Amino acid sequence: MTSKIEEFARNLAEAESTRVGIVPLTSIDSELTLKEAYYVQLENIKKKVEQGQKIVGKKIGLTSLAMQNLLGVDEPDYGHLLDSMVVENGGLISTDKVLQPKVEAEIAFILKKELRGPNLTALDVLQATEYIVPALEIVDSRVKDWKIKLADTVADNASSGFYVLGGKPVKVEDANLELIGMAFYKNGELVNTGVGAAALGNPANCVAWLANKLSEFDIPLRAGEVILSGALSAAVEARAGDTFTARFAHIGQVSVHF
Amino acid sequence: MSQYKEIANYLVSAEEERREVPKVTVSLKPDLTVEEAYLVQQEIVNRKLSEGRRIVGPKMGLTSFAKMKQMGIEEPIYGYVFDYMLIENGGKVRLSDVIHPKVEAEVAFVMGEDLEGPGITGAQVLAKTEYVLPALEIIDSRYENFQFTLPDVIADNASTSRVVFGTSLKKPEQFELDLVGATLSINGEIKELGAGAAVLGHPAHSVAMLANMLARKGDKVRKGDVILTGGITAAVKLNFGDIVTGKFDGFGEVSFTVTD
Repeated sequence: MTSKIEEFARNLAEAESTRVGIVPLTSIDSELTLKEAYYVQLENIKKKVEQGQKIVGKKIGLTSLAMQNLLGVDEPDYGHLLDSMVVENGGLISTDKVLQPKVEAEIAFILKKELRGPNLTALDVLQATEYIVPALEIVDSRVKDWKIKLADTVADNASSGFYVLGGKPVKVEDANLELIGMAFYKNGELVNTGVGAAALGNPANCVAWLANKLSEFDIPLRAGEVILSGALSAAVEARAGDTFTARFAHIGQVSVHF
Repeated sequence: MSQYKEIANYLVSAEEERREVPKVTVSLKPDLTVEEAYLVQQEIVNRKLSEGRRIVGPKMGLTSFAKMKQMGIEEPIYGYVFDYMLIENGGKVRLSDVIHPKVEAEVAFVMGEDLEGPGITGAQVLAKTEYVLPALEIIDSRYENFQFTLPDVIADNASTSRVVFGTSLKKPEQFELDLVGATLSINGEIKELGAGAAVLGHPAHSVAMLANMLARKGDKVRKGDVILTGGITAAVKLNFGDIVTGKFDGFGEVSFTVTD
């Protein structure tokens, strides 16, 4: 089993460095469990940390009912954020650093206290949050043509790519997270809108889910970490030359170029 | 009797008798144009006015870019809300009063001054707006299976049926209206959601477009009009027993119950 996890981790790491998508792991091993998939993810994160990268936060994926229905699952998933994934607000992402990127608009939580599950609620999350800011997440799949099942994306660090934080830091008590509206533009044209409730009813619910889920692996959310809480609208494909901007009520805007 | 009046009677009878009818473009006038459809709508408005009904304000429909693309149209449509269509916040929508209702969450504008197109923009709209308030609009096509062409829906007063206005009025400058988040829940479960920008990029653009469209027939947006700007959310079908709640950032809630 360990050799299988190491092999799958190597496949994904190679796909990432060569920018050549691989066949889904679940097509090689239809029995791949969620737990094993998380160990594949953790294996690659461990290697990157050994090579000097730093874990700066976590992201939650599959937080909308639409996405969960698409993959036939009834819970979100998560991945690790590394310092190498950070892009400045208004910054540039070279398309030769990604395979098949898509962009999503989200609310990011910056924690001031450790959150260690299980049995945490949104209220614990709000109390442990220093501030929230708007974020763009660039998701990318190392699996060819995004042909992913749940275990495939989990093994692939929840299809993480890059992320951008923008806007202005706002205390959680100064905005109603559930009703923060968001308008998402590609090259100046509105592509969709969303609202905080799109992420499991409230973005803080997503962070609570994550803290509880991570307790299964004895991993806490740490003070200072950035938590991307989940997309407020559908992901939009990105190509060279594209500019994406998300404007949020109360917390400002964030943009990125390709 | 003019053919427009005949079509108007056909649609008003369907509304009053709460039964769905074949599309006008199938049953009475296959070549009905958009311009003629607005003449039919005007006949409906005239008839209701002559029966003592009062206009609350115009309303905009088909205001989402997605819906416009889907119907292959370049501009939205308008219709009129009448006094008998109003339901109190927290009140009841009776299924026996309607045919096959759907609900959507919207922002409404109360005009402080007249707005006369053409050439009106969103900024002018905001400057002349007295209040903005949240609303739930119940649309109810008089056509079979809620299906229609563009001229059909215009003739049918843009599917207007019932409106529940919220009771919290705000000054427009208190908000970035395009970023107001809204959720539409039925029996506690969120069914649809969105932000104000879903309405033509900004709800004020919808009122500007209305003023410019009304100018074509020598009409204008009037002081005191309460204008529904179009759905922030997609429309959701209503069923007996539904408790419908719209939550709007900074505006509170609007709700109603569906009874028989």
